[in-house]
Amino acid sequence: MPNKTILQGINEALDQSMEKDKTVVVYGEDVGYEGGVFRTTAGLQKKYGEERVFDTPIAEAAIVGSAVGMAINGLKPVVEMQFSGFSLPAYNQIVTHVARFRNRSRGKYHLPMVIRMPYGGGVKALEHHSESLETLYAHIPGLKLVIPSTPYDAKGLMIAAINDPDPVIFMEPKRIYRAFKQEVPDEMYEVPIGKARMVKKGNDITIIAWGALVREVEKAMDLVRNVDAEIIDLRTISPIDQETIINSVKKTGRVLIVHEAVKSFGPAAEIISLINEKAFVYLEAAPRRLTGFDITVPLPKGEPHFIIDPEQIAYEVKNIMAFEA
Amino acid sequence: MLFENYDPLKGEMLQILDHEGKIVNDKLEPKINKDTLIKMYRTMVLGRVADEKALQFQRQGRMLTYAPNIGQEAAQVGPMAALKDNDWLVLAFREFNAMLYKGVTLEQAFLYWYGNERGSRYDDEVRVLPINVPIGSQINHAAGVAYASKLQKKDEVAIVFIGDGGTSHGEFHEGMNFAATFDLPMITVIQNNQYAISTPRHKATKAKTLAQKAIAYGIPGIQVDGNDPLAMYVAVEAARERAIKGEGPTLIEAVTYRIGPHTTSDNPKLYREDEEVERWMKKDPIQRFKKYLIDKKLWSEKKDEALHEEHKQNVLETFKHVEETGDVSLEEIFEYTYENMTPNLVEQMEYYKEYLKQGGNE
Repeated sequence: MPNKTILQGINEALDQSMEKDKTVVVYGEDVGYEGGVFRTTAGLQKKYGEERVFDTPIAEAAIVGSAVGMAINGLKPVVEMQFSGFSLPAYNQIVTHVARFRNRSRGKYHLPMVIRMPYGGGVKALEHHSESLETLYAHIPGLKLVIPSTPYDAKGLMIAAINDPDPVIFMEPKRIYRAFKQEVPDEMYEVPIGKARMVKKGNDITIIAWGALVREVEKAMDLVRNVDAEIIDLRTISPIDQETIINSVKKTGRVLIVHEAVKSFGPAAEIISLINEKAFVYLEAAPRRLTGFDITVPLPKGEPHFIIDPEQIAYEVKNIMAFEA
Repeated sequence: MLFENYDPLKGEMLQILDHEGKIVNDKLEPKINKDTLIKMYRTMVLGRVADEKALQFQRQGRMLTYAPNIGQEAAQVGPMAALKDNDWLVLAFREFNAMLYKGVTLEQAFLYWYGNERGSRYDDEVRVLPINVPIGSQINHAAGVAYASKLQKKDEVAIVFIGDGGTSHGEFHEGMNFAATFDLPMITVIQNNQYAISTPRHKATKAKTLAQKAIAYGIPGIQVDGNDPLAMYVAVEAARERAIKGEGPTLIEAVTYRIGPHTTSDNPKLYREDEEVERWMKKDPIQRFKKYLIDKKLWSEKKDEALHEEHKQNVLETFKHVEETGDVSLEEIFEYTYENMTPNLVEQMEYYKEYLKQGGNE
C-alpha cells in the first residue's frame, strides 16, 4: 500500500469524490489555479475544469452562502476557508443558515456540504493563522465537526463528510499536513463520522486528543513508560462519541484531555462534564485538561510558550497518576 | 435594450402604468395574457386582504409578530408573473405576495407567522426558499442556486428579494459581486420601501439611487416604479432574458412604500408624518391595476367586491385551520436538526419525556 501524507489523503478524497460524483464542486480563495495556499486542492482544476473547481473573490460569506444555494439546487459543494481564523466573516452564514436549513424547512431542504479549514498553531504564522476554534462550531446544533490526525483518517473522513447528508465542518491540522506518511489505500473508503479512534489500549489513564496533538500524546508516552495509557483520538468533535470515552474512563478511572484550543469553555470542559455525568463513581482522580492558555495565540516569538509539547503532556500524566483521593 | 434607456445616475425610472391607472409608456406595455393578468390581480388582493386580517389577528393576540406588505404588492407580483414555474424564489421576509403567487399556500404562510416551522415546508415542487430573517444574507443563497443552475445547464433563474435596508449589509456586496463575476442567472429586486424599520433610506446611504450600485458590479441596474405591476413585469422579463442567455445578473430597484409598520411591534408614527403616508396611498398599486383591468374590460367593480368577499372568507377559514394545528410535538423539535438524531439528542429528548412522565410541567 502506498504511503501518503494527510495533505495527499485529503487531495485524493476530493479527487476521487469529484470523479465519482459530478455534483461535487470545490471552490474558495486560491483553490483553483494555484491549488490552494497549502496545495491541498492541487491538480483538481486541471482535471475537472474551471466550473467545478474555481477561485472566488475574497468573500467568505459569499463562499459559504453560495454553497447553501448550491446544495439546495443539487450540488455537493466542498468549500475552503483559507485559515480557520478567516472563517469568521462566514460565521453568520454557518450559524444562521448552514446549521439550520433542514430544521427551518422541516426537512424540505438539507445541505450536503463540507466547509474545510486548516487550523491550529505551530507553523510560525502571523496573527489569525493559528487559531483552534472547535468550540465555535461544536457549540452549534445542526453542524458536525470532524478533525483527522492521520493520512488514513483524513481521506476516509473527507469522503464520509462529502457523502454525509448534513453539513460538516472539516478542520485540518495544518501543522502535520506533510509531517509524516502512512499507508493509505488507493481505493475510496469511509471512516465513520461520530466514532473515535482507539490509538492505543491501556489500563492506567485515558488520554483524549485530536488533530496535531495526537502524535504529541504518543510521543509523551515514550517519556512515561511505566504508565499504561489508553489513547483516544476523538476524530469527530461533534457529534461526540460518548460511548468510547465513557467505557474507557470506566476502565481507567483517570483522564487527561489535551487540546490546543483555549481553556475556558473549551471542548475539554464539555468532555469532563460528560464524564462527571456518566462515570463519576469510576473516577480515581480529578479529570484534568491540558489546553491552550486563555489568551490570543502569540506571534511566533512567543508561541513556543503556548504550544503543547510531549514534555508537558508527560508532566500532566504524572500529576494525574500521583493523585490520591 | 431596456436597461440602457434608464440611467439610474440620471434618476430615470421605468414606469408604464401611472398611479391614475393610465398607460404612460405604450411602447413598453407588456402583452400579458388575460389569465396571468387576473392571477396577478387576484394575488395582490389576496395579499392585501390577508395582510389586513393578519394585523387584526396579531392585535387580538392570535398571531405572533407580523411584517405587513401593504403597498408593496406590485413590487412582488409583477416580478413573479414574469418568471417560469421552474425559477427559484429566494426571500427576505416581506414577500408575502410573491410567495402566494409562486405556490406557497395561504395556510403555510400563516402557519409560519403563527409560530410553527411547518409553515416553511412548502410543497415539494414549489421552488421557494424559506423566509430569511438575517438581513441581506439571502443574496448569497440565490447566487449559489444560480451557480448550480448554470453548472447543470438548467434553463432556470433565481430571483432574490432584498429591502433597501439590506443593501447596507456586507453580504449584499459579496453576493452581488459573486453573481456578477460568474455571470450567474440571478435577478435581484430591491424593494425600496423607504425605511429600514425607522431609518429612512437617505440616512443609510449617500447614493442617490440603489439601482446605481449595479454600476460597480459591472451589471445593469434600473429604477422601476415599484407600485406599477406592468413596469415590474417588464423589467424582470428583460432581466430573465439576460440571465438565461448567460449575460449575468441584473439589479432592479423597485421604488415603493411601506404603508404599514415594519412589523406589528413597530409604531411608524414615531418617525414619519401621516401626510407622507397619505401621499403614497394615492399611488396604491392595487387601485391603479384595477383601473387598468377595468379599462381593458377584464374586470368590474362587481367582480371586485365579490373577490374581496371571497378572499376575506378564505382568509378567515384558513386562519381557523391554522389555529387548529395546535402545538408542535416534542419529537418534531428534535427531529430535523440532522438526518438522524445524534445520541446526545436522543438522550435529551428521552430525559424530557421521562420528566414529563414523572408529572413534570411542560
